[in-house]
Amino acid sequence: MLELVTTRHNPMIDPALHVWGWEIPVYLFLGGWVAGSMIISGYLARRGRTPGDGCVCHVLPWLSLVLLSLGMGALFLDLEHKLYVWRMYLTLQPASPMSWGGWILILVYPVLLLGALTSIPPDLLSRWPALARLAVRLREPGAARPLGTVSILAGIALGIYTGILLSSLGARPLWASAALGPLFLVSGLSTGAAFAHLIARNAEEQTALLKADNVFLTVELALIGLILVGLLTASAVHANAAALLLGGPYTAVFWVFVVGLGILLPLALQSLMASHRIAHTVVAPLLVIGGGLALRFVIVSAGQYSHWISP
Amino acid sequence: MARLGMVIDTRQCVGCMDCVVACKTENDVPDGHCRDWINQRLEGRMPNLRLTITSERCNHCDDPPCVSCCPTGASHVHDVGKVVLVEHEKCIGCKACLASCPYGARFIHPRGYADKCTFCIHRVEQGELPACVAVCPTHAMHFGDLDDPNSEVSRLIASRRHFVLKPDAGTRPRIFYLE
Repeated sequence: MLELVTTRHNPMIDPALHVWGWEIPVYLFLGGWVAGSMIISGYLARRGRTPGDGCVCHVLPWLSLVLLSLGMGALFLDLEHKLYVWRMYLTLQPASPMSWGGWILILVYPVLLLGALTSIPPDLLSRWPALARLAVRLREPGAARPLGTVSILAGIALGIYTGILLSSLGARPLWASAALGPLFLVSGLSTGAAFAHLIARNAEEQTALLKADNVFLTVELALIGLILVGLLTASAVHANAAALLLGGPYTAVFWVFVVGLGILLPLALQSLMASHRIAHTVVAPLLVIGGGLALRFVIVSAGQYSHWISP
Repeated sequence: MARLGMVIDTRQCVGCMDCVVACKTENDVPDGHCRDWINQRLEGRMPNLRLTITSERCNHCDDPPCVSCCPTGASHVHDVGKVVLVEHEKCIGCKACLASCPYGARFIHPRGYADKCTFCIHRVEQGELPACVAVCPTHAMHFGDLDDPNSEVSRLIASRRHFVLKPDAGTRPRIFYLE
């Protein structure tokens, strides 16, 4: 027999760690979505797409500003010592991904604002001549391409950091994988592509976006497989963490909502759409977006539940 | 510079919880929270049972993950004794340190900042022992400089079989339990 009795009863710690509720998964999801949108809009801008041709790349920065603000709102709600949040910006802690993240968010906002500015017709900015001149300047290829590159780089940093944030917390064995950063980045790309597909207005762009999304979903599936294999072949602690998703309490929600409805079903539907066997439908992109949200909820919740089993 | 640590004799600890009460009193720990606690581990098969009682708290690790993950530097290694502390006015309550601690030694104080055992640094700086050590009725708890080979804690570790909690977590904890 093995019986453990403890007198500890700290809130959020016992009986299992549950320090992060809905706010952090929502923030990670929205952050990933914005990261994916920035990479996609940056790529399209680099390809020379202009606001006049109805490209989604000029709508995405606006939506990204809204999504990121909502995400940062969720992040702020999660803080327990809210009035001290400004302390984040008095220092850069090189060993803390959360510190990098705070500064990455500061970088992301101006990039999104510049991207959004390019889509405003200059005549609407006639009361602000300097802004109008900047908008015109940003539409020129000489400025649009570098801005696209910066958008891609900032998106990659934002997307990867959301995963590294968790994987750096070594006390949670489920998160102990270097592939978590790339997984969250690819999931963000997939969500961004699915959403861009939803709002794209021309058929050629829709097809290109769903084909790209199929690649992202396939890579996401492979990364999930790699993470599980990595955990199963590591120590007993890590194998126990993987067991949470392979027979443990998170199995059903993970395989049904993340893998089944969030990846496999939309992948099948989008493959049929890409080969023109079925018409374009909003179902597949909506499933992808829902799957991205479910992935963050499952990983954050199961990761907190995972722990070192030795005494 | 000293490297303060603790040695707890599991053969002498009876789990009386004096250390827990002393800590709550000394540090004004809020109701419903604790900086230290007692674990009882009963293992074996009747009639061959083994009961191990451990008085636990922050391990003031040599490689503290709570310090490296802190985005503001609120969690830090103090100059005195390399004790791991939290500067309340710098803490934003992000809870990364709670998630990074394999021992579950931290909690959020009702005022919003992360809180945990300080080894009673305010007493130690005055030349006193931590409250939990001072009140232990069986003298199971010992405190001192782990870098001084002549200190009581160093001699106990050198002369008795001992273990630390969750050694595979790689944090190099500084609380040692004598078997």
